[in-house]
Amino acid sequence: MSDAAPLGGRFETTGGLVEDLGFVDPGPARFRGVADVVARLAEVGYLADEAIGTVVHLADRLAKPVLVEGPAGTGKTELAKSVARATGSRLVRLQCYEGLDETKALYEWNYRKQLLRIQAQAVLAPEGTEPAAGDPRDPEGTERRWHDLESDIFSEEFLLARPLLEAIASPEPVVLLVDEVDRIELETEALLLEVLSEHQVTIPELGTIRATRIPLVFLTSNGTRELSEALKRRCLFLHLDYPSLERERAIVAARVPGIGEELADQVARVVRSLRGLDLKKHPSVSETLDWARTLVLLGIEQVDPASTRATLNVLLKYRSDLEKAMKELDLAAAGGDD
Amino acid sequence: MLDVLTGFLEELRAAGVPVSLAEATDAARAVQVVPAADRAAFHQALAATLVKSPSHLPAFETAFAVYFAPRGAGVLGEDEGSEPEAASPNRGAASMGAPGDGGGPGAAQRPEDLAAALVRALLAGDQAAVAELARQAVARLSGMEPGRPVGGTYYLYRTLRQLDLASIEAQLLEALAGQAGQPTDGLRRRLLEDEVAERIEALRRAVQDEIRRLLVADRGAQALHRSVRQPLLEQVDFMHASAEELRALHRAIAPLSRRLAVRLARRRRQGREGRLDVRATLRASLSSGGVPVALHWRPPRPAKPELMVVADVSGSVASFARFTLLLLHALASQFSRVRSFVFIDGIDEVTDLLDRTEDPAEAARRVTTEADVVWLDGHSDYGHALTVFQERWGAEVSARTSLLILGDARSNYHTPEAEVLADLAARARHVYWLNPEPRAYWGTGDSVVGAYAPYCDQVVEVRNLAQLERFVADLA
Ligand SMILES: Nc1ncnc2c1ncn2[C@@H]1O[C@H](COP(=O)(O)OP(=O)(O)OP(=O)(O)O)[C@@H](O)[C@H]1O
Ligand SMILES: [Mg+2]
Repeated sequence: MSDAAPLGGRFETTGGLVEDLGFVDPGPARFRGVADVVARLAEVGYLADEAIGTVVHLADRLAKPVLVEGPAGTGKTELAKSVARATGSRLVRLQCYEGLDETKALYEWNYRKQLLRIQAQAVLAPEGTEPAAGDPRDPEGTERRWHDLESDIFSEEFLLARPLLEAIASPEPVVLLVDEVDRIELETEALLLEVLSEHQVTIPELGTIRATRIPLVFLTSNGTRELSEALKRRCLFLHLDYPSLERERAIVAARVPGIGEELADQVARVVRSLRGLDLKKHPSVSETLDWARTLVLLGIEQVDPASTRATLNVLLKYRSDLEKAMKELDLAAAGGDD
Repeated sequence: MLDVLTGFLEELRAAGVPVSLAEATDAARAVQVVPAADRAAFHQALAATLVKSPSHLPAFETAFAVYFAPRGAGVLGEDEGSEPEAASPNRGAASMGAPGDGGGPGAAQRPEDLAAALVRALLAGDQAAVAELARQAVARLSGMEPGRPVGGTYYLYRTLRQLDLASIEAQLLEALAGQAGQPTDGLRRRLLEDEVAERIEALRRAVQDEIRRLLVADRGAQALHRSVRQPLLEQVDFMHASAEELRALHRAIAPLSRRLAVRLARRRRQGREGRLDVRATLRASLSSGGVPVALHWRPPRPAKPELMVVADVSGSVASFARFTLLLLHALASQFSRVRSFVFIDGIDEVTDLLDRTEDPAEAARRVTTEADVVWLDGHSDYGHALTVFQERWGAEVSARTSLLILGDARSNYHTPEAEVLADLAARARHVYWLNPEPRAYWGTGDSVVGAYAPYCDQVVEVRNLAQLERFVADLA
C-alpha cells in the first residue's frame, strides 16, 4: 500500500454518462505494418513470427486489447514488455492474483492521509472562533463543516492510482500489461471491462477520467480458467504456442550470450524432440534458455548423451518425465558415466 | 469481400464455433488493415478476431483451409487442351487428366522419378518445390475423378502409398545423415529422425492441401466442409471417444482439473476470517471526528470443502471410465483433499495409488488392474457398491464433504439401495452426480438414476468436455 503516488492534478475529469463511442480512433500508427512489428521487436531482442506480428499490428490499428494465451514460458509477458520497449512506451503492469480487488487494480483512497487530515482539522481549528466539528452547541455549523471536510478528503490529493487508472491517466504513451488475468475471480473481470472498452475510469467522488491516447493493452493467461465471454469478445486472441525450431534457435542465439551457432541449433533440436514426447510437462522457452545458459556455463560445446543426461533436470521437472526422456532419447547408453 | 466473409462465418458457426456480431464486425475491420495479398496475415486476422478459445482452433483451421483453399490451375475433369492459361511449367501433370493420361512434356513420368525429385526438394527444404511436386503427385497418383463421393483421406492414402513414403523417408534420412555426418549415438540418431519426420509431415500436408483444393473445386466449399467437419473436442461424446480423441481429451483435462482444484482450493484459503473494509470504516469514522470507532469487516467466506469422488469403472462405461480415471488422477495431483474410489459391483479406495503414480496412463492401468472392484460377477451393482462405501467410509463423510458420483446408474436390475445415498446425502455438504448417458435414456431399462436423483443436489448430463466445463463453472 506504499508505492503508488497521488496523481497530483495530472488528469482531467469529465462527469456524466458514458457515451457510446462506437469504434474508437486508434490514433497515429505505432507501426508501419506487420513486417515493421517483427523487425522492431527483433531489435529489442524479441523474436516474433508473422502471426504475432499481425496481431500486434491489428491491436494498434483497431485499438483493441490482445489476450495472449498459451503454455507457461512461451513469451507472453515478454511480448508486452518488448512492445513497450520497441515503441518507447512506458510499461504499466497489473500483476493479477487471487483476491485482487479494485483497490489494488484501479485506485484506492489514501486513508492514512485522510485520517491525518481529519484530525489535523480538529487540532488546527482556532479555539473559540468556531466550535470544533461535532460540537453539540452548533449543529448547523457542524453539518457544513462535515460536508467541506468530506469533499476535501475525497479529492485527487488523497487518491492512490493503481495500474489501471495509471495507464488511463498517463500523459505519455503506455503499454498496459494485465498479467495472468486468469487468476482473478470472474467478478473482478468486470473491473477490467470498463477500462478496456471505454478507456475510462469512473470515480464516484471525482467523475470520469478518460485516456488521452488509448494504450496498447496485453492480457496474458495460462488458461487455468475460462475467461468471461464479455472479456474475450473485446479482445483479439493470440494463441502463443511453442516456437518453431528456427525461431527457438534464433531466440537462444539472441538471449544467451556467448553461445555458438551449432550449440544453439542442437539445443533447439533436443527441446523439439522432447516436446514430441508424451510428457507431464513439456520444456518451455524459459527452460530452453536456462538449459542453453547452463551448457555455456559448463563450457559444453556439443550436446551429447552424457552432457544432456547430466543437465536434463534443467529442462524437465518430473521424475517420470526424466525417465521417459532418458529412454526415448537413448541417454542412458554408453558415452560417459555419472 | 463481405460476402465471402459472411459465408465463412456461417461455416464456422455450423462447425460449432460461436461468433458474435461484434466479433464478425471486428473480423471485417481486421481484414481491411492487413495487406490484401498477404494470405498468412489474412488468416491470422480472422483467427485473432473469431477464435477466442484454443479448443476452437482446429475447427477454425479446417473451415479456413476448405473455404479459402487457394484457387489455381488444375481442376478435376479438365483435359489437357481445355486448360486456358499455361501458368505452370508442369501443368500437364498438374491438371487432372483422364485416367491413363500421359501428362505433359517435362513432367516427371513415373512415381519413382517423382519420389526422387521430392527427396531432393525435401532435402533442400524448398517448400515451393515440395508443393509443386505434391500437385503433380496428386494429379498422377491419386486417381481422383470428378463427382466421386470419396473422402479426401482415401486419395491421400492412395497418393502416399504410390509414392512409397517409407522409401522417401529412408532416402531422406540417408541423405541428411550424409550431410551432417552419420549419427554417432542414439541421441543424434533420434534428433535426425525427428527432423526427417517433420519434413515428411510437411510433404503429407502439401499433398493433403492439394487434394482438398481439388475437392473444393469439384464439389464446392460448403459441401466439402460439411463432409470434413469434425465434432469439436468439447463436443466429443466420452462414451464413444476414439483412442486419439481420448488422448486429446486427456490433454484438455489438465487445465480443467486445475480450474476445479483452484475453485475448491480457493474456497479453502478464503475460509479465514473476513478482511477489514477500510473504506466503510473510514466513512463511519467521519461521524466520530475521524476516530475509527466502529470497524467494518468484509463478510467471511465459506469454509473448506473436501471432495470424495466415487466412479463407476465398469465395461458399460469403458470409454467414460478411462476418461474418469484421467479426471481422478488430474484432480488428485492438484488437490490434496480429494479421496478417490472406484467401483463395479465391489468398491475400493484408490487415493494412494493415484498419489503414488505420476503418469496418468500408468495410473489408469494400475487402477484397472490393482483396485479390488469385482465382488460377484463384475457387472455394475450400484446398490452394493454404495452399501459397502457407506460401511467402510461413511463415517468420514462430514458436513464439509462434497460427494461426486460418476456413472450411468445402470445397475443390472439390482436393487438401488437409494436409502444409503439418502443417508450419505443427509450428512454431506453436497452430492453431485455426473451421468455420461444422454438424458433421454435415463430411467429406461436398468437405469436407476431416478431413484438416486432426489438425494442429489444436482444430477447432470456430462457427455462431453463442454458439459463438464459448464459443471465446473457452476460449482463456483
Ligand atoms: N519470442 C521470444 N523472443 C525472445 N525471448 C523470448 C521469446 N519467447 C520467450 N522468450 C523468453 O522466454 C522467457 C519466458 O518468457 P515469458 O516470461 O514472457 O513467458 P510467459 O509466456 O509469460 O510465461 P508464464 O505463462 O509462465 O508467465 C523470457 O525469459 C523471455 O525472454
Ligand atoms: Mg508470464
